[in-house]
Amino acid sequence: MSRPFTTLTSIAAPLIEDNIDTDIIIPSREMKSTSKTGLATGLFAGRRYTQGRAENPDFVLNQPRYRSAAILLAGDNFGCGSSREHAVWALAEHGIRAVIAPSFSPIFAGNATRGGVLPLVLPRATIAALAGEAITIDLPAQTVSVGADVHCFTIDAEARAMLIGGLDAIDLTLQSADRIAAWQARNRIARPWVYL
Amino acid sequence: MAGRRRAGAIGSHNGRLDLRPLMPSLFDKLWDRHAIAQTPGGATIIAIDRIFLHERTGAAALASLAAAGRKVADPARAFAAMDHIVDTLPGRSDVTTMPGGTAFITETRAACAAAGITLFDIGDPDQGIVHVVSPELGIVLPGLTLVAPDSHTCTQGAVGALAWGIGSTEAEHALATGTLRINRPRTMRVTFTGTLAPGVTPKDMALALIAAHGAAGGQGHAIEFAGSAVTALAMEGRMTLCNMATEFAAFSGFIAPDTVTFNWIEGRRYAPTGALWDAALADWQDLRSDPDALFDREITIDAAAIAPMISWGTSPMQSVAITGRVPAFAGTGSRAAHDKALAYMGLAEGQPLAGLPIDAAFIGSCTNSRLSDLERAAAIIAGRRVAPGVRAIVVPGSSAVKRAAEAKGLDRLFTDAGFEWRESGCSMCFFAGGESFGAGERVISSTNRNFESRQGPGTRTHIASPETVAASAIAGRIAAP
Ligand code: SF4
Repeated sequence: MSRPFTTLTSIAAPLIEDNIDTDIIIPSREMKSTSKTGLATGLFAGRRYTQGRAENPDFVLNQPRYRSAAILLAGDNFGCGSSREHAVWALAEHGIRAVIAPSFSPIFAGNATRGGVLPLVLPRATIAALAGEAITIDLPAQTVSVGADVHCFTIDAEARAMLIGGLDAIDLTLQSADRIAAWQARNRIARPWVYL
Repeated sequence: MAGRRRAGAIGSHNGRLDLRPLMPSLFDKLWDRHAIAQTPGGATIIAIDRIFLHERTGAAALASLAAAGRKVADPARAFAAMDHIVDTLPGRSDVTTMPGGTAFITETRAACAAAGITLFDIGDPDQGIVHVVSPELGIVLPGLTLVAPDSHTCTQGAVGALAWGIGSTEAEHALATGTLRINRPRTMRVTFTGTLAPGVTPKDMALALIAAHGAAGGQGHAIEFAGSAVTALAMEGRMTLCNMATEFAAFSGFIAPDTVTFNWIEGRRYAPTGALWDAALADWQDLRSDPDALFDREITIDAAAIAPMISWGTSPMQSVAITGRVPAFAGTGSRAAHDKALAYMGLAEGQPLAGLPIDAAFIGSCTNSRLSDLERAAAIIAGRRVAPGVRAIVVPGSSAVKRAAEAKGLDRLFTDAGFEWRESGCSMCFFAGGESFGAGERVISSTNRNFESRQGPGTRTHIASPETVAASAIAGRIAAP
């Protein structure tokens, strides 16, 4: 169960680079335990800190106006690389609730949806114009607005419903338990070698 | 081109169960065999036949599942291996060079025992990298769905399975329900026509594809690799090719199973036997795309035109032929990213790749650590010596690969040449706070990711085939095999 997502207003912090991989979002060395929490300090650690773990003042999320940004703007293929869900958990724990990019790695997008972080796709040029602006995301209406400018976005209905409801996918699927069991019973006969 | 699937009614991607394409592709067949139900949101509940975990992400999934009071639906079809955190140094134990690493190992062991999941533990003769062990033991089979909380799960599509990487929360879902809720991905066929030139490998095919079409080129697609240069590959080479599908941002990669596949699988531990084998084999004959199958996208590459490749930057798409030079900014992507990669790698535009002095050479990873990879590399280093000052390491992909290589005397060829011969695992394919190559060190590596700091903070990674890594280790500089 993740935090439900309906509308969100925040300044949009620009980290507009292509191929921001999950090693950049949270380096492997920052995943020090098997826990899903305690990861926020590792977020973008390679960029956020200088040697000796002092804050790097140049990094976007360290700049005073972006410190509490809940929206991150990014480039193509955000979240590529390792499937580590820690990338989403670290973003969420830091307070990032939406990432806006021209495209996402498929694994990251799935993880984000389940972790209550909205992966929002907009064209590159639109994203560039959002940098540093206070913007409002309305997920039920599927709009991003900056002042009077309104941009529409699309998201698949399943991801939208999961995010808005903060739903637990396992609970939802278990509502179909009988159907799954019946399918398996048939499949066991059709393809018995699948079962060990 | 989107939506070009020829379906009974409409070409749509919402995976409606009643819209089986008239001329299904291999993907359509794999999908339809596993589609259980539609969700109100338009996703499909897909049956998952096998789940594989490792100690890096698996313990988190199992712990969270247990904390929610849920059980693994069918532990007999779930497996786990120790590969990421465990050391590959001789005499290894639960204590690792990675800070906090022991907890990942002991918690995974306890969680697997509690859940009744078979674990290929440290010291187990079948321990190794998940994507090496699973095919080796016949856990993945043609026509199956297999998921793991690891992005390189697509490797296993090489046997004609639908195998893809997921996150920990989805792994929990798969464990608890035996299913996943996913949207039907778009499809792509990548056809490699013609024949590879001698010395050109599946790794080079993958790098050539990604260099030509970008690291986001396969965005979310289910990719069938096809064509004469693909069917000519042996099983292990097919795994190398499918392994890199995730570097192409694909949902997964797979290859239609054929006689090569069936012969390779027969007799493996978890493969069916006797009458079940015969039934399975008959069933698997249908696992191919119909001649008129349509794909959302098609890419064709002339295999004969592919040269041995090497990466110069910090994304696999930043790769060129080894005879090439660091390219000038080509106008795609951002100039800043291009310059950043150059600065990180300590390179300048126009500089030739061949001849760059290296500090280290690494042969291993789920991409290129199988017996045939080691054999080809060994043939290059046999009777020669690693260049002075170069640290060279070989890490077999599994304990079984290690034993097989030792039976052939490959370990002695490598150690005589000056390579370290390791225990199996992921090792220095990635940096988790333990062993690393060091800042500014130039490493040539048979792995799959040349991301910034992937092999250690500041380490400069060039990815290439095991042959190229071996030849470069001997030369002390980047060299063609
Ligand atoms: S060998 Fe490398 S890429 Fe493969 S699973 Fe291990 S860490 Fe990941």
